[in-house]
Amino acid sequence: MTDVLVVAELSLGKIRKTTLSAIAFAKTVAEGTSGEFDVLVIGDGAEDAADEVTGFGARKILTAAIEGDYRCEAYAPTVAEVGKEYGVLVACASTYGKDLMPRVAAKLGAGVASDISKVAIEGGELVYTRPMYAGNVIGTLKVTTDVQVVTVRQSEFEPAAESGGSSDTEEVDVVEADVASRVQSLGIEVVQSERPDLSEADVVVSGGRSLKSAENFEKVLEPLVDALGAAMGASRAAVDAGYVPNELQVGQTGKVVAPKLYVAVGISGAIQHLAGMKGSKVIVAINKDKEAPIAQVADYFLVADLFDAVPALTTAVKKAKG
Amino acid sequence: MKILVPIKRVADPANANKVKVSGATVTHDGLEWVMNPFDEWALETALRLTENAADKTRVGEIVIVSIGPKEAVETIREALGKGAERGILVEGTDAELDSHVVAQVLAKIVEKEKPDLVLMGKQSADGDSNVAGTKLAETLDWPILNYVSHIETADDGKTLTIKRELDVGVQTLKVTGPAVLTVSDRILKPGTVKNGVTPASFEYGDLGDLNSRLSNLKNIMAGRKKPLDETTIAALGVEPKRVDSYVGFKLPAGRSGNTTYLATVDELVSKLQTEAKVL
Ligand SMILES: Cc1cc2nc3c(=O)[nH]c(=O)nc-3n(C[C@H](O)[C@H](O)[C@H](O)COP(=O)(O)OP(=O)(O)OC[C@H]3O[C@@H](n4cnc5c(N)ncnc54)[C@H](O)[C@@H]3O)c2cc1C
Repeated sequence: MTDVLVVAELSLGKIRKTTLSAIAFAKTVAEGTSGEFDVLVIGDGAEDAADEVTGFGARKILTAAIEGDYRCEAYAPTVAEVGKEYGVLVACASTYGKDLMPRVAAKLGAGVASDISKVAIEGGELVYTRPMYAGNVIGTLKVTTDVQVVTVRQSEFEPAAESGGSSDTEEVDVVEADVASRVQSLGIEVVQSERPDLSEADVVVSGGRSLKSAENFEKVLEPLVDALGAAMGASRAAVDAGYVPNELQVGQTGKVVAPKLYVAVGISGAIQHLAGMKGSKVIVAINKDKEAPIAQVADYFLVADLFDAVPALTTAVKKAKG
Repeated sequence: MKILVPIKRVADPANANKVKVSGATVTHDGLEWVMNPFDEWALETALRLTENAADKTRVGEIVIVSIGPKEAVETIREALGKGAERGILVEGTDAELDSHVVAQVLAKIVEKEKPDLVLMGKQSADGDSNVAGTKLAETLDWPILNYVSHIETADDGKTLTIKRELDVGVQTLKVTGPAVLTVSDRILKPGTVKNGVTPASFEYGDLGDLNSRLSNLKNIMAGRKKPLDETTIAALGVEPKRVDSYVGFKLPAGRSGNTTYLATVDELVSKLQTEAKVL
């Protein structure tokens, strides 16, 4: 019997969808071991946000209100104090989860299974699968401490669906740590977009260095993105060049996506980029070099100059969608 | 300012698709060992924080530490050749190490060296875990700032203004050191590291596809002569007790491998509609 504590992720007082992937993990483990799961909502606006996760079958929703911007130093002591009673603590492997959970693990002397793609239950024991070497090796890992700390790859854990009912809510005491006073947040510039979120979209269109400017991203790529109702992504080279903000980076260092359709426009397909998108269902490459390594993963490869092909494709997609 | 930069050698990440597995081991036959590129970014950042780039003088100290086999000395020497002042090798094998043991070992080194900052890669290009830096910070009861893209130090060298890249956007923070920092890709862009010594008018060139500055023959030779201590996990008083362990490795299932080349947009649209059924 393994009880699981899900650590929810808040942004601007709302639960991020990443949390639903962690809940999906928790359900699998709790059901597979006849245990239960609770959700800890921690941060600014935790009490109001608790309602958002009430219908997912958790035994309890725990809330810990901490004012101000996120800092792991301020959150970790409470998560560890609450979490020490559980078999597994889980969050999504977003920057939030990857920042917070190892600190919690260190407080508890716990082992971490980071950015896992799968969990199996073998003889009551949890066995984790995780991509390593930029997705070129799949490791199988066991954690040997009483409390196990896990972060789950969002693209590999389908968001949990609401199952109805409502969970009881309980407030927990906030534990403070002196070290938090050494880190003061001056603000988070939260980027809000009308487009679907990169990590959650069914279609992703990404552009590379070859787009040559922020203006071309806007004029050439964005119409295609919108015609497809897609999220926009980018290679590191395009982010480094300042064409698009860093939240759009796909790859080993950026976001890992696995949409139904991924369109790589003028992206060579470096190993680190492939790490972030090769789990996509259908991959289309638009590139003028037919030898580009993106061919290793592309199902369809349009050999063309993007500046001709992308506007034409945009028109054709609009027509096809009516 | 004194900065500790932990580095790891990894099998050339640009060829990670040539790595092989057998049972519970990963083999890298034929692959070159290189400094973990994420650590190189941290090293470059540390160099920028401890120099006057305009007159090419060093104004601080960088200590490099690597936990690994004897051969990791070469990787430490490479960092010394780029400008770091001293090196420490802690001998250990992969089988003894997980993020918990690494954090314990680094904490011992920090206690000895008393740096103002520890600058690290956020992950190693092989394990991709993203855990050790944060565990180290908690072990030391220091702040951790992950994914740092900008650093500005105040005159006292203790207060840092930092920007870091989160999934939701960029966070700006004021941090009182000592602290552990891991850096993001963008830290290598010109104008991101300001140490109050290098004149504001100085601009670092774009490194392009390099992960840290190149070294010249003279500096490489100088690096060979810099002090490099060797110790062991046991000598530091750390018990190599892992808290997680790998039971097996396999290669990922490949994609179909069939790439259909198309010459026109119309052909592509028709394939997406009738074959892939995604339009
Ligand atoms: C430690 C580390 C981590 C990294 N992490 C990431 C990561 O997370 N994500 C990531 O993306 N990269 C990452 N990189 C960088 C990666 O190695 C590549 O440098 C980067 O992905 C290249 O971006 P690109 O494909 O846009 O540019 P390029 O490699 O320059 O490719 C441009 C492509 O565009 C094509 N092209 C040019 N003009 C046209 C045109 N007019 N029409 C059609 N095609 C055209 C070219 O044929 C070429 O294939 C990382 C690197 C390191 C060392």
